Amino acid sequence: MNKVKVLLVDDEEEFVSALAERLDIRGIEAHVATDGEQALEMIENDTFPVIVLDVIMPGISGLEVMQRINAKQIDTVVILLTGHGSTKEGLEGMRMGAFDYLMKPLDIDELISKMHEAIESKNS
Amino acid sequence: MSETLTSERMNGRTSEKKTRRKLQHRYLRLRRNMIIIMVLVTIVPLTLMLLINAFQYQSKIKSERIEPMRAIVNKSTHSFELFLEERISAIRFLASSYTFKQLSEQKILNQVYHDLRDTFGGYVDLGLINSKGIQVSYAGPYELLNKDYSEQQWFQEVQVRGTYISDVFMGYRKFPHIALAAQHLKPDGTFWVLRATMDTKKFDNLIAAMGLSPISDAFIINPNGILQTESQFYGDVLEECRLSVPRGGAGTHVTEKTDPNGREVFQISSNFLKHDYTLVTVIPREIILKSWHSLRQEMILIFIISFVAILMVIFWVTTQLVKRIQDADERREAAFRNLEYTQKLSSIGRLAAGVAHEINNPLSIINEKAGLLKDLVEHDRYQDKDKLLKMTASINQSVNRCKSITQRLLGFARQIGVHYEMLDVNEVLKETIGFLKKEAISKNIHTRYELDEELSKISSDRGQLQQVFLNIINNAFAAVEKGGEVALKTREVDAYTIAASISDNGTGMTNETLKQIFEPFFTTNKQYGTGLGLSITYGIVKKLGGDIKVQSKLGEGSTFTIYLPKKQAGEQNE
Repeated sequence: MNKVKVLLVDDEEEFVSALAERLDIRGIEAHVATDGEQALEMIENDTFPVIVLDVIMPGISGLEVMQRINAKQIDTVVILLTGHGSTKEGLEGMRMGAFDYLMKPLDIDELISKMHEAIESKNS
Repeated sequence: MSETLTSERMNGRTSEKKTRRKLQHRYLRLRRNMIIIMVLVTIVPLTLMLLINAFQYQSKIKSERIEPMRAIVNKSTHSFELFLEERISAIRFLASSYTFKQLSEQKILNQVYHDLRDTFGGYVDLGLINSKGIQVSYAGPYELLNKDYSEQQWFQEVQVRGTYISDVFMGYRKFPHIALAAQHLKPDGTFWVLRATMDTKKFDNLIAAMGLSPISDAFIINPNGILQTESQFYGDVLEECRLSVPRGGAGTHVTEKTDPNGREVFQISSNFLKHDYTLVTVIPREIILKSWHSLRQEMILIFIISFVAILMVIFWVTTQLVKRIQDADERREAAFRNLEYTQKLSSIGRLAAGVAHEINNPLSIINEKAGLLKDLVEHDRYQDKDKLLKMTASINQSVNRCKSITQRLLGFARQIGVHYEMLDVNEVLKETIGFLKKEAISKNIHTRYELDEELSKISSDRGQLQQVFLNIINNAFAAVEKGGEVALKTREVDAYTIAASISDNGTGMTNETLKQIFEPFFTTNKQYGTGLGLSITYGIVKKLGGDIKVQSKLGEGSTFTIYLPKKQAGEQNE
C-alpha cells in the first residue's frame, strides 16, 4: 500500500501546520496551502488523491477552489472543513461534489478514516 | 448593584405610568374632537333647517291668516263708505227735490223728516239752513231754530265740497251721532243747505258684521286719533285711542306691535277714500298664529328628540370607535414588541453563527496543537524545547482570541432592558463589525474606517446600538458584490448630536424601495429576509432619541446615517 498523499488548505497557518505534522506522524504525506491561489497552483503541479479544504477563506474561497477543480476535471476527492455543520457553504459544497464535510475542531482519527473512505470510493 | 437595579425598575415604572397617562389623554382628546366635529356636522344643519323651516312656516301661516282678515277689513271699509255715501245721497236728493220755500215750511220738513226716518232709520233731526248760515226750519228734538252756523267750519266746507259729514259727537240722549249736510246750489248762485244728524248704531252693526273673535277688536278713528266707535280695549267713543295708528296712504296696512295692554297684536288699518276715517282692526297674535304655535311645538319636540338621539348615537359611536382604535393601537404595540423580540432572537441567531465560526478557528488551533503535543509525547519526540514552547504560546494566543470573542458576546448579552452608559461609538462600531469579520472575509469585502478620533462619548445603550449597527452593516454586506467596499464614518454634528454613517458601493435602491424600507415586512431579499430588520432598527433609534436618514442611488450604493443624541432626554446636564 503506497503512502496516502493529501493537500491541506486553510488560511489559519498555525492550524494547518500542526495538522500536517500530526498526519506526518501517522504516516500520511501532508502538503499545506494557506490560501486558494496557492492551493490551485499546487494542484496544477502535483497530484493529490485527497484535498482537505476550508470553505471560508479570504481571497479565493474553498467553494471557488472546488469549482476550478471541477472545471479542470482533476482526479481528486475533496473533504470540506466548515465552522459548523448546517452552514449553507457546507451543503453547497456537497452539492458541488465534495465527498463529505467535517466540522472544526477536528477529530484526527475521523479525518483519517474519512480520507481512507474517500480514496476507496474513488478507486471502486 | 441590587440598589441600582431597583431604582432603575422604579424609574421605568414611573415613566411607564407617565406615558400611559399621556396616551389616555390623547384618546380622550381624540374622542372629544370627534364628538365636536360630529355634533357640528349633524346639529348645525339640523338647527339651521329647523330655523329656516320655522321662519318659512311662520310667514306662510301668517300671510295665509292675515290675507282673509285684510279682505274683511277692506270689505268693511267699503261697506262703511257705501253706507255714508247712501246717507249723504239721501240728504242731497231731498235738498234738490224740494224748493227752499217748501223746506222752510215746518209741516213739509216734518213730513220729509218722518219719511227719512222710516225709510233709512237712525236719523235724529233734519234742518234747513239758508245761505247766510241761519237755521230756517228744523225738525227734531232740539231747539235749534234760527241758530247761526255761518261761522262754523262745516258750513264753510259744505259750500266748498257740496256735502259734509262730521266726526262723531255726543248728541241727543247721550248717543254718539254724526251730522250730514248737503248743499243745493241754484244756477243764479243762491243756495241752501239741508243738515241732518243720525246716531251711529249702524256703525256698530257694520263692525259686528265683520264677525271677529271676542278677543279681537275693531273701531273707527278720525285723523286726530279720536275714537268714532267704541273700542273693546283702547277707549270709549270720543276718547283718544290708546293705540297709536299710523296714517298710511290708501289701502290696508298691516303692522305687528305690542299694544298698551302688553298684548302682541296684528293691527290692520284701512283709510276711507272719501272721508277722513280709518277702520282699525286689532287681532291678537295668538289667534293668527294658533295653528303655527301647535306646529312649532311639534317641531321643537321633534328637534329635541332627534337632538338627544343624535347626541346619544354620537357618544356611543365615538366611544366605540375610540375604544377600537385604542385596542388596535395596543394590539399593534404588542405585535410590534413581539416582532422586536423575534428580530432580537434572529439577530442573536446570526450572532451565534458568526461567533461559532469565530471561535471554531482558535479552538481548531488549540485542538491541533494539543493533539500534536500528545502525539509527540506518545512518540517520544519532545526533545525540541523551543518547538514545545512555541506550541504552548500558540495555544495561549488562541485562548486569548476566544476570550476577546466571548467578551464581545457579553456586550450583546447585556441587551435585556435599556441600560444607559457613556459609550464610545467608534469602539461600538468596531466591535460590531468584528462579529461580521467572517462574512466580510468570505465575501472579500473591504471595510474602510473614517472615524473621528475626537468623537465625544455619548450616553446610550450598548446592546441596542450594537443591534442597530449589526442590522445596517449586515444589509450593507448583503448589498455589495464580492470585493465591494463598506465605509464606516463617525462625526460630530453639533453640540448635542453625533452621527455614524455606514455606506456601501452595492446595488443601491430605487426611490420606490427607499420609501418603504422602514416598513415592517418589507424585504428585497425574499429568501432570507424577514423584512423586520430596518423597521426594528428604526424603532430602536427612535427609542434612543435619535434618527435615521438614508441616501441611495441605484447602482451606486447606499448610505445610512444614524444621528444620536449625546445626552438622553431628561438627563441632567453635567
